[in-house]
Parts: sequence; C-alpha cells; structure tokens
Amino acid sequence: MDILIAFLVVAAIGLAAGLLIALMSHFFGVPENQKVKEVRACLPGINCGACGFKGCDDYAAALAEGKAKPNLCVPGAESTAEELGALLGIEVEPPKDVVAFVHCNGHCEATTKKAEYTGVTSCSAAAMLYGGPDACRYGCMGLGDCAAACPANAICMKDGIAHVDTSRCLGCGLCESICPKHVISMVPQETAVVVMCNNKDKGADARKACSNACIGCMKCAKTCTHGAITVANNLAKIDYDKCTGCGECAASCPTGCLKQVFFPDLSEEYEDFKVN
Amino acid sequence: MEMFKTLIVILLSSVLVNNYVLSRFLGICPFLGVSKKINQAVGMGISVTAVMLLATAVTWPIQYLLLDKLGLGYMQTIVFILVIATLVQILELLLKRFSPTLHKGLGVYLPLITTNCAVLGVAINNINDGYNFLESIVSSLGCGLGFLLAMVLFSGLRSRIDESRVPAPFRGLAVTLIAASFISLAFMGFAGVVDALFA
Repeated sequence: MDILIAFLVVAAIGLAAGLLIALMSHFFGVPENQKVKEVRACLPGINCGACGFKGCDDYAAALAEGKAKPNLCVPGAESTAEELGALLGIEVEPPKDVVAFVHCNGHCEATTKKAEYTGVTSCSAAAMLYGGPDACRYGCMGLGDCAAACPANAICMKDGIAHVDTSRCLGCGLCESICPKHVISMVPQETAVVVMCNNKDKGADARKACSNACIGCMKCAKTCTHGAITVANNLAKIDYDKCTGCGECAASCPTGCLKQVFFPDLSEEYEDFKVN
Repeated sequence: MEMFKTLIVILLSSVLVNNYVLSRFLGICPFLGVSKKINQAVGMGISVTAVMLLATAVTWPIQYLLLDKLGLGYMQTIVFILVIATLVQILELLLKRFSPTLHKGLGVYLPLITTNCAVLGVAINNINDGYNFLESIVSSLGCGLGFLLAMVLFSGLRSRIDESRVPAPFRGLAVTLIAASFISLAFMGFAGVVDALFA
C-alpha cells in the first residue's frame, strides 16, 4: 500500500512538472525558424564539428542566416552540399582539395640529435620520452607513424623526415591527426608557398636546433604585399585564402624555410618532394 | 530582533563559511567550466542563485506539506531532482525568450544546472538543518551569492593565470585546479568568524 502511495505521488509530481513545461513552452517558447529546421534536416546530425561550428544545429543556424558556405560538411560530402545549395538557392563551390604537408625540413644535415633513441619505432612512443630524440622538439622525428597510417601509401621517410607524395595523397588527414608533433597539416592542393618549419622557439634557439628553422624574423610578413603571412609564436604562417603564390616571400627568406612548390606535379627542381 | 540576527548569521555563514563551492565542494563543474570570462561567470552565478531560490521555494513546501504528511521522506532525493529539473527547463525557456545573449553565452552549462549538485545540495541541506521557510530562503540566497562570489573571484584569478607564464607540466587544467585549491584554503580562514561576530 505504501509503495502505491509513493508511486502515485511521484507520478503526479512528474505529470504536473511535464504539464507545466509544456504550458510554458507553449506560451513563452521561441518559435523555431522553419528555414533552420529544413536546413538541419539535410545535415547528418552527428555533431562532428568538422565544419568549424559547434554542431549540426549551430551550422544550420549559420547557413540559414547566410553566414556560412554550404560545402563545409565533411561527413555529408558533396551530396549534402548540393542538397543544401538547392534548398538555400546558392551555388555550391566544390570543396577545396587538400593535401598533407610536413612542415619540417630538418633533415640529417640540418639538425642533430640530442639522444640516441633505441626504443619502439614509433613517433608517439619516442615523443613520450623527453619529447623525442631530436634537437628540435617541434620537428619531424622520422619514425613513420604517419607513413604507417597513410591508406594511400603516399608518405615515405627520407633523411630522417617524412615526405608526402602529393600526387598520391587523398587528403584524408589521418596523418595530421596521428602525428604527435603536429608537424603535418592539410594545405590546399594549389598551394604555391609552404613554411617548412614548425619550430616555435625564439630565433636563436630555433637556429641552434636546426639550420633550416624559421627564426621568426618577420621578413616574409613585411615582403608579402597581400597580407597573407603572419608571424605568431616565432613561426611564419600563411593564410592560403589571401596567398597569390607570387613567391616573393620565398625569395626573401634568409633561412630558406619558406619554399615555393608546385603541387601536385613534382618537378625536377624540387628534389625534396620526390618519392623514392 | 532575535530572528533578524539568526537570518544574518545564516546568510553570512552560507556565503563565507559554508561556501558551497569552496568549502563543501559542490557544483565544481560550472565553477571550472564557466569561469573563463567574468561576464559569463556572473551570468552563471546569477542563474544558479535564481534556480536555488526557486528550488528552495518549491521543495520546502513539498517536503513539509506533502512528503512528510504522507510519510514519504525517503523519496526526497528523487522528487527534488524531478522538481529542480523542471525549474531549470523553465528558466532556460524564459532566458531563451527574454535574454538570448545570456542564453547563448551560458550554452551547455544551463542544462547542466539541472544536475548541479549544489542546487540539490541546498534544497536537501535546508531540510536537514531544520530551517523554517524564511530561513531556508535566506540560506539558499546566501548559497547562491556564495557561488556567485566564488565564480567571480575565480574568473578574475583565471584571467591573471592566462597572462602569466606557467611551467609546461602545469598548463591548462592543472594550474586551474591548484588555483582553485588556494582560494578554497583562503575561505577556510572564515571558519568560526561569523559565529564569533554575533556571540
């Protein structure tokens, strides 16, 4: 009998609470934008965040307000982009093709090792041991976690650093996410200039660690007439939306860490990008 | 006069001595999560205070007029959780309607007040301490203000930490937790102060 009373009381309180919420949302609720709802229905709803928004709801709201491009959804790929474009009446640009790039030129002659690492041949294991054996704690250790992860066999190890064969690269970003040094990033396929360094130390320290390092001298940022280069944390960074590929920065760079490249055709000049 | 003095003691002791975050260690999640910016910390502190007041105003009568009368005191926790969850939902609805900026700023933390142990803690402790209705309201106001005070103090401290050079192993959450423990230690100094003031 007691249990029945308890059951009834709690059920009655729950029912009253539910009714109260329903009434409140009826009278005070904010009507949801119909357009947002329709846009949201096109999205996959897995809230992965690859579009750069907080989730599918956030992206849908931005789309409905015209603040975002419809080609940002990675899991939905082209079909979602087309669907969204049709719904919103905007033309869809195809998503930019990206390739992986290793921001390091610390080959055996440029840099040294601070220790001899004889453990498991894996970057993540080596990185856990005092940040890896290399003199530069930001650079590629060349133990090949990325090459092992690459589904297209597009990465090879040469002179102690990883090289990406951009003609084979699928742009999946697996290597980017597996690299413990975060030295790999995805760059647009039509990239003309790259920063071949990841060292965020001050100029003198960076130079001591590697003769090819970016010393954060700001020369490239001053040379660039398009405002595409910024130097933050003693490291040059290129904004590929602004870069026109004129290559003047590469010519001005005193350490040669800014480099002009031609993806994906690997011309003879740029021996570094050849895969053996 | 005697009653007034009791209320002042309850208010001050729940703000300073028995501060929910810093002395009883309840409601740590929003304390660490929303304390990055001072305006969000204030918003969170005010909404927690509002929810605590509302929750007490509703749970006290439920406890004494319904549960105790029917001999269902043991259902306290479940019923209180139910009631508090409803209140937070309603608060969220109203905030979304009348203050969208605050609603956006609080983000995921507003639904988290639903399961905020500080709110449930206030409701249950008011009953356990045997407070009457007025005392319960004053106590929950004090707890809410104590939460607000802790949030504001801590967000000020965090903005200083953000600008300082922290040794690599302590960066991020580690130094935040250490800073929180120092504030907590500082609040331990209030122990006994309020009782002595009115002795």
